[in-house]
Amino acid sequence: MDVFGLLAQDVPTLVFVIVAVPAVLAAYIVGGEYVVRLLPDRRRGSVRPWIWVGPALIFVTAFLVAPAIGTVIQSVENHEGALVGLVNYQRQLGDFPTGGAWVAIRNNLLWLVLYTLFVLFFGLLLAVLFDRVPYEQVVKSMVFLPMAISSVALGVIWKFMYWYQAGDVPQTGTLNFIVVNWFHQAPKTWITDLNVNNYALIAAGIWGITGFSMVILSAALKGIPGELLEAARVDGAGEITIFRRVIFPLMMPTVVVVGTTLVIFALKAFDIVYVMTAGNFGTDVLANRMYKLLYQSDNPGGASAVAIVLLIAVIPVLIFNLRQFRAVESRR
Amino acid sequence: MSAEAAAPARVSTAARFSPVWLAERMQGAVLHVVVISLTVAWMVPAVGLFVSSFRPFTAINSSGWWAALSPPFSFTLDNYVQVLQKGSLAHSIFNSFMISIPATIIPVTVAAFAAYAFSWMKFPGRNWIFLALVGLLAVPLQLSFVPVLKAYVSIGLTPANWGFVGVWLAHTGYGLPFSIYLLANFFRALPSDLFESAEIDGAGTLTVFFRIVLPLSVPALASLIIFQFLWIWNDLLVALIYVGGTENVAPMTVTLANLTNSLGQGYNLLTAAAFLSMIVPLVVFLSLQRYFVRGILAGSVKG
Repeated sequence: MDVFGLLAQDVPTLVFVIVAVPAVLAAYIVGGEYVVRLLPDRRRGSVRPWIWVGPALIFVTAFLVAPAIGTVIQSVENHEGALVGLVNYQRQLGDFPTGGAWVAIRNNLLWLVLYTLFVLFFGLLLAVLFDRVPYEQVVKSMVFLPMAISSVALGVIWKFMYWYQAGDVPQTGTLNFIVVNWFHQAPKTWITDLNVNNYALIAAGIWGITGFSMVILSAALKGIPGELLEAARVDGAGEITIFRRVIFPLMMPTVVVVGTTLVIFALKAFDIVYVMTAGNFGTDVLANRMYKLLYQSDNPGGASAVAIVLLIAVIPVLIFNLRQFRAVESRR
Repeated sequence: MSAEAAAPARVSTAARFSPVWLAERMQGAVLHVVVISLTVAWMVPAVGLFVSSFRPFTAINSSGWWAALSPPFSFTLDNYVQVLQKGSLAHSIFNSFMISIPATIIPVTVAAFAAYAFSWMKFPGRNWIFLALVGLLAVPLQLSFVPVLKAYVSIGLTPANWGFVGVWLAHTGYGLPFSIYLLANFFRALPSDLFESAEIDGAGTLTVFFRIVLPLSVPALASLIIFQFLWIWNDLLVALIYVGGTENVAPMTVTLANLTNSLGQGYNLLTAAAFLSMIVPLVVFLSLQRYFVRGILAGSVKG
């Protein structure tokens, strides 16, 4: 065990990095301002903003904008960089419904619908229920806790939940124990059974992210003026009617914002699938397929085509976000 | 005792036995039962793994985690000791820090500079560039992997030559749209009188930024730092792409994912490894939960 060797070697590097990185950044901005001050008065105002915003623009251009254009180009090239037209897309989207990327697309759609709806449903349910108990903060923290851990650890947690023991031995996985002892059914191989495994993976994802939607929806719920609910109660409305007619419509904008975020999460789903099945047994998703094409098949053209499919799927959300943003801006 | 005081008491006694009262009480009790059982059910997966991580291999293999909760008790630290002795895990904790700390500092600082310009300076194209950043919030990172990776290889910016520099820079690029968005929203809300009076006092841009904007924005900065740190600590995909699974550079998430796929028989070690990977985020989260929640709210509700 060479932990002490590691300490001696890594900690100085870590300390150096913690000191050096901010020093470089501070030196940049102080140096930049110094240069601006050397300029004639009337030029300062036009140069200064670019000093401040420049590094961010360079990073975003270098790591997001330019590569995105590069990916579009690569998606119509072969491995040697020669133009091949839409061959890559044809390979990915050719054999409907089971060939190429179609299994991944089907699963992404499944993720998109089930993950988004259930997370919204549970988030709303928990927010409303927890709002009525005095120990709200405690139970909220409990449900929120999975948000802090990595999806890899989440995958491990659920691998154990779904554990299957072959043969006539007691089941050690929680879910199979329940299935056998409470419902008297045969245990299931949750992760490899083609009928249930996608749902099993999505359920793990739902468990991890519900805290996110609960917290936001709960904040929106608390933003509803109490007098409004009182007025409805005085008018004789029951709690369920109040929820349907008053609370839900007022929370709708927040539900939509959370929903669009969840749609993006669902389309980008990767970690859980990678850890639990590596995309085998018919559970592939686009992000995992792209990773496999890039690293296991050494097929950057195919990987780029899959990335573009992913982009196209995100575009409606992107447009929605921009509209939403402009609407908020115009109200400012 | 006067009649006036007795009357309400009689009313409440009557109410006590009315069906309405019973229904309300039932509702209260049912509510508590529902809330607590939902929460307990929510905790089961994590608690199950946590209990398992302290059980000996033979026990994990022959009974479920709930068996450990009744006598005879047999708990052990063996799984933790063994998984740490494998070395790769201990090293990957350092790697995770090495990746996460600079990859938090750089984007947050660069974003603070940019957000200041976006909120309090005038320059051509300002609103359009900001709109483009909002658009980029939704763009999948997958879109950038192949070209960035090719560029890294061709200029030699690989883990072998430059350690984690490549992944720091990539995380910076990926984290900026959200960071700028969050900070600019906060900076813009600062009262403009502050800036005017600072200007009258002859304070320069640097002074205003470091002495006024940053100190006033501590809550927003704290949320963002926690967010970015947890995001990178928990990231698997970007690390897989730019760092890879080699033992001396792999962060915690990659090592844990590798263990998941390789430890056929030794899956008892996986329980301990998973909990070791959670310690840092859980400590950060539990101690700074307030800021974390505030960050989430700022990032989504105002959008």
